[in-house]
Amino acid sequence: MWFQQVMFFVAGIGALGGAVGVVALRNPFYSVLALVAHLVCLAVLFLLLQAEFLAAAQVVVYAGAVMVLYVFVVAYVGGSDEPLRPEGGALRVLGPLFAFVLVAELCIALLGSSLSLIDSQGGDVPARFGTPAEIGSLLLQKFLVSFEAASYLLLVAAVGAVVLARRRRGLEEDETSGLSTEAGGQPKGAPAAAKSAGGAGTVRPSGMSATSSRLRPEAPGGNH
Amino acid sequence: MDVSWFLVLSAFIFGIGAAGVLSRRNPLVVLLCLELMLNGANLALVAFARMHGDGGGQIFALIVMVIAACEVAVGLGIIVAIFRRRLPVDVDELSNLRG
Repeated sequence: MWFQQVMFFVAGIGALGGAVGVVALRNPFYSVLALVAHLVCLAVLFLLLQAEFLAAAQVVVYAGAVMVLYVFVVAYVGGSDEPLRPEGGALRVLGPLFAFVLVAELCIALLGSSLSLIDSQGGDVPARFGTPAEIGSLLLQKFLVSFEAASYLLLVAAVGAVVLARRRRGLEEDETSGLSTEAGGQPKGAPAAAKSAGGAGTVRPSGMSATSSRLRPEAPGGNH
Repeated sequence: MDVSWFLVLSAFIFGIGAAGVLSRRNPLVVLLCLELMLNGANLALVAFARMHGDGGGQIFALIVMVIAACEVAVGLGIIVAIFRRRLPVDVDELSNLRG
């Protein structure tokens, strides 16, 4: 009994700390790591609630697979530190306030409910409660429709992710041309100046080193 | 442990996630905070399943995990597409749909 209480408080404080870390840490990479810690603590809480299969699935699927996806995207997008909101933003003050009101309301709704078993450890459960056999038989008998719907949803999401993140040939070319004119400062003057500078660099036989003549055409863009 | 402790903890996790969704600007972190909210709901579902001794709540939590995985796949795909188009990865700047 006391072991369960100790485990609950350790895992609960870990889960709360992980959640605060996700919200409060500035670097998205550290936020992902905090979420991993939060998920592991949540798996311990699931174990305390006799949901063994769910705890294993939480660690393997969530903390294992989904978080790796997050880590890759953070590494790709570049997890830059987030600057503070410049104009102070009303949402930055109202967001935590709204969350506090939400928590208070949820606690009132949960604890004020007249559920008879809410202040106990829960009713009697069969011996196979939460085991993979129980979950499997429930999924394939009682909840077959939701199981199939979830599988179709996963398929649609996988195809959608590939379609969204794929490299579009025509679009990328448009963007690179638009980017080069933007980076050049004056769209018409800069390429001409760069071309003439490059021409001078190649015509000049000596006096300037090869590296400096190669650097020369980029000078207008660099000034910009 | 009483079931009410788990329910209060799930309410706190949900609230912290909601605060993060409202106050963070990086869409990656917004997705992470959405995960927090889903996990808070999951914990409440599992606690109620234990309270009633019914496995249906655990199936519900499992389906919520599937939904979260789908949301992550599509959301990260959108973020990668935003990054590829050289748009700012910031939910405040991405306001093209504002009327």
